[in-house]
Amino acid sequence: MNLSFWLNGVYRHDEVEPDTMLLDFLRDKGCYSIKCGCETSNCGLCTVLMDGKPILSCSTLALRAEGKKIVTMEGMQKEAEEFGTFLADEGAEQCGFCNPGFIMNIFAMENELEDPTEEDIKEYLAGNLCRCSGFVGQTRSILKYLQYKKTKKREEAEK
Amino acid sequence: MSYVSKPVRKKDAMALVTGKPVFTNDLAPKDCLIVKILRSPHANAWIEEIKTGTARQVNGVVAVYTCKDVPRKRFTLAGQTYPELSPYDHYILDQRLRFVGDAVAIVAAETEEAAEKALKRIKVKYRVDEPVLDMHKAKDGKILVHPEEDWETKVPVGADNKRNLCASGVEESGDVEKILGECKYTIDRTYHTKANQQAMMETFRTYCYKDHFGRLNVVSSTQVPFHVRRILGNALDIPSSKIRVIKPRIGGGFGAKQTSVSEIYPAFVTWMTGRPSKILYSRYESQICASPRHEMEIRVRAGADENGIVRALDVYTLSNAGAYGEHSPTTVGLSGHKSIALYRHTEAYRFAYDVVYTNVQAAGAYRGYGATQGIYAVESAVNELAHMMHMDPVKLRELNMPMEGEPLPAYQDCTTAPSCTMDQCMKRAKEMMSWDEKYPYKDMGNGKVRGVGVAMAMQGSSIAGIDVGGADMKLNEDGSYTLGLGCTDMGTGCDTILSQIAADCLETSIENIVVFGVDTDISPYDSGSYASATTYTTGMAVFQACQEMRKKICALGAKMLEAEPEEVNFDGEFVFTDEIHKVSLKDIAIKGTCGNTQELQVTRTHCSPISPPPFMVGMAEVEVDKETGSVKVVDYAAVVDCGTPINPNLVRVQTEGGIVQGIGMALHEDVQYTEKGKIRNNSFMQYKIPSRLDIGDVRVEIRGSYEPSGPFGAKSIGELVINTPCPAIADAVYNATGVRVRELPITPEKVAMGILKQKLEK
Repeated sequence: MNLSFWLNGVYRHDEVEPDTMLLDFLRDKGCYSIKCGCETSNCGLCTVLMDGKPILSCSTLALRAEGKKIVTMEGMQKEAEEFGTFLADEGAEQCGFCNPGFIMNIFAMENELEDPTEEDIKEYLAGNLCRCSGFVGQTRSILKYLQYKKTKKREEAEK
Repeated sequence: MSYVSKPVRKKDAMALVTGKPVFTNDLAPKDCLIVKILRSPHANAWIEEIKTGTARQVNGVVAVYTCKDVPRKRFTLAGQTYPELSPYDHYILDQRLRFVGDAVAIVAAETEEAAEKALKRIKVKYRVDEPVLDMHKAKDGKILVHPEEDWETKVPVGADNKRNLCASGVEESGDVEKILGECKYTIDRTYHTKANQQAMMETFRTYCYKDHFGRLNVVSSTQVPFHVRRILGNALDIPSSKIRVIKPRIGGGFGAKQTSVSEIYPAFVTWMTGRPSKILYSRYESQICASPRHEMEIRVRAGADENGIVRALDVYTLSNAGAYGEHSPTTVGLSGHKSIALYRHTEAYRFAYDVVYTNVQAAGAYRGYGATQGIYAVESAVNELAHMMHMDPVKLRELNMPMEGEPLPAYQDCTTAPSCTMDQCMKRAKEMMSWDEKYPYKDMGNGKVRGVGVAMAMQGSSIAGIDVGGADMKLNEDGSYTLGLGCTDMGTGCDTILSQIAADCLETSIENIVVFGVDTDISPYDSGSYASATTYTTGMAVFQACQEMRKKICALGAKMLEAEPEEVNFDGEFVFTDEIHKVSLKDIAIKGTCGNTQELQVTRTHCSPISPPPFMVGMAEVEVDKETGSVKVVDYAAVVDCGTPINPNLVRVQTEGGIVQGIGMALHEDVQYTEKGKIRNNSFMQYKIPSRLDIGDVRVEIRGSYEPSGPFGAKSIGELVINTPCPAIADAVYNATGVRVRELPITPEKVAMGILKQKLEK
């Protein structure tokens, strides 16, 4: 079947089988950042943005992307690097396998929540599992990152 | 020193956080055959007939293999140094099926769809026998899991396949019964820990291809590349020289990938067909046919005198190997050695064990490796002993804990503690938790009650006299160094930690160290990353290689300066005799490539005759809902002695991660079976690992000692940190409610029923 959608800012037309999952389809198109951790929508590793909202690509049919804007970490390299430095400075990226889905969901959270508390953050990201870090280092990095963004925003406003 | 003890960012961090294609499945060629396994629906069955004709006819199917097609040579999948202590009890495919999920047939097809379709078309006639599922009924039972004549142990471990015994033994010192008889306080309790899945985010996966020499190249998410090379040689019955194993980035291991779970299937397919192939374990497969923690039942008898000195310990462990014996004879040892040793005044001890085969998923290595189970039991028993004596459990620990230079009873790999700050760990943990204010409990007045609990723990640093660390150091033409490693960074950060050590030894910047690992064709031999060995053992190999490299640099520099080697010094940038007569590292490096006969390359191998234990104290504060029995860990304070922390950030994250895994084991995780031996928890829907909402604060501090035998004084950290949550949380729950749960996990049901029972008894 025909599929027309935006992938990381580029409008494209593809052929896709009706039963292909978005996860497999996007990896096939070279978006290797997207990982599969559980195939039952429990781990959050396959999170991508669809029209700015986080979705689990393992349980979304590729055809659902019709007319939509899909963003993967391949399309947010600068932003990933920006947040990633905070994660890396805690040593909390560890194996890295859950990082892309987790970080994409942080970007979604930034869009959705104004000035989230630690509790808000934990709740928003509850679906992103990590087996290495025990989450605490991740939380530290998010708080530092959000503080940094806030300061940056304020400084820009003052200019 | 400029890098050791600094929170250096991991060298691979930016690739990981930006989602670069660095993992096994990101790198696999697109034309790989897809390998799928038909799995047994029965716990104990024989294949009477297997028809693959229609499966082979599926469009896109390239091969279907059954037990008739594979070598008849037994091997073990355990990643251990040869001769492995694990029994040789595997075929790639066997006519006999020993657990629900055991491999029946291998399918290789052009597409996943074709492979799936073929699986459905394989017709198998099973003769279904009664399984032995209860580990208590296995030893000397009627049903034998491995009655076969070609079953073999390479090393005597007290095994007897005609008795379902994978290992057994008794170790004792002194007269336990006599001392226990003299003790004013004695306790006799039995604790039960369950199988847990490592649940690393990246499931098992491997791809294979043949190269231009016809050799089998295996790219795999493994902790043990060199062992996999041998295991595949054994399994395929081909010389290991025909096999090359490469490890890319790994999405977590925790011991699961110390067993060659997935490699044999694509290796066999590629060897037979000549085509590249890959296998990706689903989460479902990683739950039902992987390599979880051994279920253990541990009886502890402990005795203390009127002053609270623990004088005797008697530990008996019954361990469930499951259907195959990977890591079974070895894990059980730690349940005694690393628990009894926590009590330095122990005058007499006995440690006895039986490891039995059953028809459930085979267990393997999981962070802690038996110590976790043993420490849960012994630390719980000591907590119960303290309550019996009306003594603060912290006080009892203070009287008995390991001390530097003092004995470690039952721990043969280091009979006294060469480095230990357990006393400081306890003191600091007590302050962090405000123990004296909080112990034993506080009623919150809203139906909830908070309690605190404590436990000590230790582990080893490498397997004494066995584990080998290798480092290959090379000076490149541009003055940079290449550090070749055979140990495997699985996210833990050893590539970075070992580079920190190298950079300090060579007085250079960490950016000037190119780190590489692992390729069995190129890397120096290394046992692999397990047994908390990497920083301690491979770190020392790196240290020694760097010292030797410095000598070589000095020798060549001296020659260039027309001086004697003993006349020169090296400061990392220049070799010099005085301020005027000097030659730069860059010039020496170039000289090394031009008219030179002295190799600027060093390979060093290290093995430690001892395994110095890292130590820690963990304190849990839990909140129990008296109505529902639900338990939440609101705060966890941990203080660790890992020797010198080479990278304090990574020490902390390892500790936090280990504690949260331990909280999962204590409260949630349980591999459960139906009465037919089928696993109930076959996905993350049913098998709940902690999410970020399930944990409260986890606070970690370091009180490092200095370990003389380790690089820059370092010991280990990775495994130790999973050992305290189970006993600390169990006692916190007891202190909060009076309910003692001796079977993990401590579920709301068990706590609520305990509270109800108390009410009824009142």
